[in-house]
Amino acid sequence: MKTNDVILQTASKVVFFIIILFSIHLFFTGHYHPGGGFVGGLMTSGAIVLLLLAYDIETVSKGFPIDYKILIAIGLFFAAGTAAGALLFNVPFLTHAFGYFDLPLLGKTSLHTAVLFDTGVYLTVIGVTMTIIQTIGESE
Amino acid sequence: MTNLLILPILIPLLTAIVLIFLSKWITAQRILSAVSAAGTFAACMILLRTVQEDGIQTLNLSSWQAPFGITLVSDMLSVLLVSTSTLITFCVILYSFRSIGKQRERFYYYPAIQFMLVGVNGAFTTGDIFNLFVFFEVMLMASYLLIVIGGTKIQLSESIKYILVNVISSAIFVITVAFLYSVVGTLNMADVSRRIAEIGQPPIITVIAVLFLIVFGIKGAIFPLYFWMPGSYQAPPVPILALFGSLLTKVGVYSILRTYSLFFYHDQPFTHELLNMLAILTIIAGVIGAIAYWDVKKIIIYNIIIAVGVLAFGISLATEEAYKGTIFYLIHDMIIKAALFLLIGVMIKITGTSNLRNMGGLIKKYPLLGWTFLVAAFALAGIPPLSGFVGKFLIVRAGFAEGAYIGSLVVLLSSLFVLYSVIKIFMNGFWKAPADYPGEEKQPVHYLWMPAAILVVVSILYGVGAEGMFPLISQATDALIDPAIYIDAVLKE
Repeated sequence: MKTNDVILQTASKVVFFIIILFSIHLFFTGHYHPGGGFVGGLMTSGAIVLLLLAYDIETVSKGFPIDYKILIAIGLFFAAGTAAGALLFNVPFLTHAFGYFDLPLLGKTSLHTAVLFDTGVYLTVIGVTMTIIQTIGESE
Repeated sequence: MTNLLILPILIPLLTAIVLIFLSKWITAQRILSAVSAAGTFAACMILLRTVQEDGIQTLNLSSWQAPFGITLVSDMLSVLLVSTSTLITFCVILYSFRSIGKQRERFYYYPAIQFMLVGVNGAFTTGDIFNLFVFFEVMLMASYLLIVIGGTKIQLSESIKYILVNVISSAIFVITVAFLYSVVGTLNMADVSRRIAEIGQPPIITVIAVLFLIVFGIKGAIFPLYFWMPGSYQAPPVPILALFGSLLTKVGVYSILRTYSLFFYHDQPFTHELLNMLAILTIIAGVIGAIAYWDVKKIIIYNIIIAVGVLAFGISLATEEAYKGTIFYLIHDMIIKAALFLLIGVMIKITGTSNLRNMGGLIKKYPLLGWTFLVAAFALAGIPPLSGFVGKFLIVRAGFAEGAYIGSLVVLLSSLFVLYSVIKIFMNGFWKAPADYPGEEKQPVHYLWMPAAILVVVSILYGVGAEGMFPLISQATDALIDPAIYIDAVLKE
């Protein structure tokens, strides 16, 4: 008998977006509240893992046509690049800068280069987790 | 330029990241990794000049003031070690082009080497005890990949042991740092040293000192903790083995040297005496292994243990002369071990075996290789004009001056056995009746010989030019003898 997981798949589709939104919330709230790149990245990959459980590897990789190993490199590049950017201004490595900007819609917002560093962490964590899970899942 | 001293860490890091993108294009990977290693070496040389002229360089990362942020400290000792390890990595990268094989190269071999250089250079440069742990892990993670890359049976079984041992020792490292932090309340190494001096090393600090000795002893393979090393180092291919043998254990030795000269110098009758006894036992254990085996890899691996013992003995004496000898010997040993591993790698390539009994007569066809090996062997044993002599001489003289007669005699006698063990390779491998080895014509012997020869030449220059090196070594010793120099440079008082 062919198993039918229509309930699982339909529920996953809905829950996936909730998890993704929560992970993005965690990522952006990291400076003032608990959260940040690491846990945000883990939760994003958790959402993708949910899809992996509900569907199969081919379907999910069709949905996210990303080479996760490259994603690791991009993440590392973000982090190292932000840190090395300090070299251009001749201040010590890893020195960050921030400022307040009046953005349309959002109003007065503080922007900090630490977010770029955190983006690096976020992408690297997703890349590493998904590489591990995909490699184990695919190997016979 | 304020950021000069981070370049030996940053250049390999950025290179490693770019190399991940290039994993499919082997030629591009080779060119980029060689060029970047050469560039890193150039940066090291500039840094060396700067440290020589302006004294200890420090960099407060993120612009946070010294005890509160992570500080990178480049004194003469660390800049010498950083330059040496970069040079060795450069030669190993050149050697890998024709020996490691396309399959491994496609599977992130060069990024792993660059990440390992990041870890090693970072561990030599950092001025923060927890940051030291992090760089240890960077180095070890890369070495886990390097030891298992290729996935042959022996590599798989040995990498399990290697990872297990290192995970445990890293856990002890974290626990030890936690102990230290709960006692002194700071992680900056200069600040730790100052606070220990204030409280005058109570017994709990001595316990922490012994715990550090256990941690770095596992990493650096001193006497009861070296058990994992002969097996694990035998598994990976030769270029990787050369990197491990010359860099990884020496980071452990450097950490012992740093912590025992900067933190734990108040209760020397206990801590340094313990180190002294372990050092002597390490030398003896290494000697027994070095003369027992007929496998060329094993012989050189046990020679690493002997050298670690000699270095630990030098550290345990804790006099100015002994430190000078230790630093001199440390740099010599890194270079010559890498050269020896690369040379026996060529021998293994030619003969297709690492068993000495099945080799012979190589000098007929490969005289250049043979004589290079002989020079390297003499340098290792410490024959006077060559590089091994000065360091050992200073250590032994300091030993006699301090009344450590047994240790000094063991060091002297160990040279004899070291010489015996490597001459055994020479006599059995290069002399004896020549034999035919299937497939030897196809091996790029002359190409592989070249990087090893570069290292041997450097080692000869280092030995002959000992007079020229001496001011640098003295400058490195000053900060070890007088921790106040280091502390003032970091905390800017």
